[in-house]
Amino acid sequence: MSAREKILNAIAANQPEQVPLPVIDMNVLISYKDVCMQFNTMLESIGGQVELIQDIQVLKEKLNADKTTGKFVINTIRELGEVDGYVISLSALQLEKLERAYVKGTVGVAENGAVWIYESRMLNRLVPFICQHLVLVIHKKDIVATMHHAYEKIDVVQEGFGVFIAGPSKTADIEQSLVIGAHGARSAIVYIIE
Amino acid sequence: MRVGLFIPCYIDQFYPQVGIATLQLLEKLGCNVSFPLQQTCCGQPMANSGFAHLDKGCDKNFVENFSGFDYIVAPSGSCVLHIKEHLKDEAQPKEAEQIRNAIYELTEFLTDILKVERIYASFPHKVGFHNSCHGQRGLHLSSMTETMLPAFSKPEQLLNMVKGIQLSHPQRSDECCGFGGTFCVFEEAVSVKMGKDRIKEHEVNDVEYITGGDVSCLMHLEGILKRKGSSVKAIHIAEILNSDF
Amino acid sequence: MIAKHAALSEKFIADEPRTDWHDETLWFVRQKRDKAAHGLPEWEQLREWASQIKNHTLANLEKYLRQFEQQAKANGITVHWAADGDEHNKIIHDIIRKHNIKRIVKSKSMLTEECHLNEYLLHQGIEVVDTDLGERIVQFRKEPPSHIVLPAIHLKKQDVSETFHQFLQTEKGNNDPQYLTEAARQHLRDKFIQSQLAITGVNFAVAETGGFVVCTNEGNADMGSHTAAVHIACMGFEKIIPKAEHLAVFLRLLARSATGQPITTYSSHFLKPRRAQEMHIVIVDNGRSKQLGRKDFRNSLKWIRCAACFNTCPVYRRSGGHSYHTAVAGPLGAILNPNVDMKANADLPFASTLCGSCSNVCPVKIDIHEQLWKWRQVIVAEGYADTDKKISMKAMAFVFSKPGVYRFAGKMGRWVMRLFPFMVNNKLNAWYRQREMPEAPKQSFRDWYLMNRGNKKQ
Repeated sequence: MSAREKILNAIAANQPEQVPLPVIDMNVLISYKDVCMQFNTMLESIGGQVELIQDIQVLKEKLNADKTTGKFVINTIRELGEVDGYVISLSALQLEKLERAYVKGTVGVAENGAVWIYESRMLNRLVPFICQHLVLVIHKKDIVATMHHAYEKIDVVQEGFGVFIAGPSKTADIEQSLVIGAHGARSAIVYIIE
Repeated sequence: MRVGLFIPCYIDQFYPQVGIATLQLLEKLGCNVSFPLQQTCCGQPMANSGFAHLDKGCDKNFVENFSGFDYIVAPSGSCVLHIKEHLKDEAQPKEAEQIRNAIYELTEFLTDILKVERIYASFPHKVGFHNSCHGQRGLHLSSMTETMLPAFSKPEQLLNMVKGIQLSHPQRSDECCGFGGTFCVFEEAVSVKMGKDRIKEHEVNDVEYITGGDVSCLMHLEGILKRKGSSVKAIHIAEILNSDF
Repeated sequence: MIAKHAALSEKFIADEPRTDWHDETLWFVRQKRDKAAHGLPEWEQLREWASQIKNHTLANLEKYLRQFEQQAKANGITVHWAADGDEHNKIIHDIIRKHNIKRIVKSKSMLTEECHLNEYLLHQGIEVVDTDLGERIVQFRKEPPSHIVLPAIHLKKQDVSETFHQFLQTEKGNNDPQYLTEAARQHLRDKFIQSQLAITGVNFAVAETGGFVVCTNEGNADMGSHTAAVHIACMGFEKIIPKAEHLAVFLRLLARSATGQPITTYSSHFLKPRRAQEMHIVIVDNGRSKQLGRKDFRNSLKWIRCAACFNTCPVYRRSGGHSYHTAVAGPLGAILNPNVDMKANADLPFASTLCGSCSNVCPVKIDIHEQLWKWRQVIVAEGYADTDKKISMKAMAFVFSKPGVYRFAGKMGRWVMRLFPFMVNNKLNAWYRQREMPEAPKQSFRDWYLMNRGNKKQ
C-alpha cells in the first residue's frame, strides 16, 4: 500500500464526528469611520510610509526622476507610462541590483496596512521582494476594512501567485530588537490615489 | 439551606485557622453549617500526578460525607474545581452528580448564592491580591488578562467591602505562583523561581500581606517569604473577611 | 538517557539574571499579543470561528485532503505523501538527486525540524542553508531552535555577534542588531540568488483551490521560492483549511497571537509554479493520524503554530525551549510529543502547573491544559511513572480513603515536624531546599471543631 493510501485510510478511520462549518457574520466585524485613515495609521505603525495623492501624474514625475538617476528602477504600472515588461524573463542574478519597483496593488486592508498584489501586476514574482525599495499604488476606493472584505474583492485562483504585503521586510530575531529591512524591501511606500 | 463545610486536607492539618475563619464567616452570614467528620481529601494530589485511577476510595469517602447538602462550600478554588470536574462514584452516580453541582468555592458562594452586599470586617493593612489559577480560570472567579471580556472579580468584590483595606495588584496580575501540586517538588527549581517572581512584584507595592483564595498558593509563597526573612505574611481571604470589625 | 525537563530547567535557572531576561522578553511578546487582541472587539468571536473551522476540518480531513491534492495537481504541482519523517526526507533527497542540486535554501518549517531534514541531508553530504535569520543563527551555532516562531530568543545580541564574527567575519564586539542583520542580509542574498532548490513550510493549505499560503516577516521564503528552479513545500496534513475565505479568519489571528503584529509582512499565496519551475508539496503524517484517533488529544491538531502558548507559559519562560528536548517545546510540544514517543517525552506534560493560561491565548481554542492533565493519566497508565512516585501515590490514596488513617497520619506528621524538625527540614526534602515548611499546629481543624462545635447535630 502506498504511503498515500496508508495515510488517507488512517485518517478516514480516525476522524471525529461531523460538525458544521460556522457562518462568518460580517456584521460583528470591526468597522472604521475612515478606512483610509486607519490604513495610514496601521501602515505607518509597521514601518511603512503612506502618501495621499490626487492624481497619478504626481507619480509619473517621481518615476521619471528616479529613472534618470542611473539606478535600476522598474515600472509595472501602465498608467505611469512605459511598462518594463522585460523583467518577466529576468533571472534573480539580473534582478539583484533592483533599486526601486513601482507596482500596482489591487486592494488595501485598513486593519493591518496590507496591500494585495497579483502576479500579473508584479510581472516577475521576485520583483516586490528583491527590490531595495518598494513603491505600491492603490486607489482610495479600494481600501477595505478587514481581511474578510479583502478576500471578497480578490480572486485567489485568478492567477498562479499573489501576495499581501504589509510594509517593509523586518525581523526582531536579534534580542527582539526590531530591524527594518531583513531580506525583502528595506522600505515600502504606498501611494493612495484619491 | 444546609451547607456542608469541606475543609481541604492541608488546611485541616496545617492551616486550621483558615477553616475556623471560613466556618465563622459562614455562620455570621446566617448559614446552617455542618462539618462532616469523616472527610479527608478531594483526591487532587493523586489525580494531577496522573494517578486519577487511584482516587476511587477517596471519591467514595467524599460522596459518603457530602451527599444530601444543599450546598458544599470550601475555602479552596483548586479543590472545588477538581471535585466539579472529576468526582465520580460508580456505586452512587446521582449523589456524585448532585455534589458536583452543589459545590462552591467560598467567595463565589458569598457573591452568587448569598449575594452578600456588606461584610462587617476591618483589616486596615496593605494587602497584595494573588489570583489563584484554578479558581480564576477554572471556576471563573474573575476575568482573565488573556481573554477580551468584561472585567470582574468575585474575591475582590468582597475584599473591597472590608474596612480600611488597601488592596494592590502585582504587575502580572494573574500569573501562576508556581505551586502546581506535586510540581512544587518535582520541578522545584521552576516552582520556586515562579514564586520568587510573584513575591518581588508584591514587594514593589510595599505590602504587609499577600492574600488569595487558595492556601496551596499561599503556603508556597509563605515558604519563600519566611526563607528570605521577609516580614510580609500570607493570609487567606477567609481570614480577612472574618476579621474583627 | 535523555535528560528530563526538571533537570534541564534547573540548569537554565541557575543563571538567574539570564532567566529573568528570557522571561521578561517573552512576557513582552505576550503583552504585545494582548494589545493586538484588544484592538479587535470581535477577538473572542474570531477564536470561536477558527476553532469551529478547524473542528469541521478534522471531521472531514480525508475529503479535504483528496480535494486539495486534486486541485494542486490540476494546477501543475506534484503532490507527495510521506508516512513518517524518514519518508519525507527521502522524497526530498530523491528530488535533489534527480536534479543534481547542490545549493539549497530553506525558510522556516517546523515540520522539517521535526523530521530532522537538515541532519539527514548533511549525512548525505548535502548542505541546506536556513534563511530565517533566527534559524541561520542557531544553524551556525549547531543548536536547535528554542522557540517555533522566535528560534533565537534564548540568545543575547552578544551571542549573535560572536557567532557572526566567527562565520561572517563581522566586526568583533559589534553587537548592533541593525549591523548584524545587514551582514546576514548580504550573506543570505548571495545564497538566494544562487539557489537551485527552495524548501519552505506551509502555513495554510486551501482544499478548495489546491493553493497554499506562506507567512514571513523577512521575505526569505519568497526570495528562495521565486528564484530556485525547484520549490518544495512541506506540510503536516493538519495544515488544511476548507476554503480561501477562511484564510481571513486565520491570517487575522496568526500574527496577532504570535507576535502582536496585525499581519506578517508577507502572506504569499502560491497556486501554480512559475513558468519553467517545478513545484512539489510533501504531505506528512508522522504520527498525526494516530493523534487524530486519540479522542482526548486530537484537538491538538487544530494548531496553527503561533506559539502564543509558549509566550504565556510561566514555566516555558523560565526554563527555555531547550529544556523540552524536542523540536517543538512549550505547552503545544507537551501535548504533541508524547504521541510520537511516549517514553522519551513522558516528562513534558508534567512540566506545567496546569494554570490554564495557554488555553486562554490559543487562537483555535485547543484545550491545552486539559490535555496536559489527560496525558498524565495516559503516561502513568502506560507505566512511565517513576517507581517512588508510584509508591507514594498509592500510599497517599490509601491514607485518603481511610478517614481514621488520614487523621492518624496527619497527627503523627505534625508531631514529628514539631518535635523532630530536622527529620523533615533537611536536604532530602525537595520543598525545604528553598522554602520553609509550614508550621505544624497542635490541633487540626477537625480537633478544633469537635472542641468548639462538637455538640452540634450533624
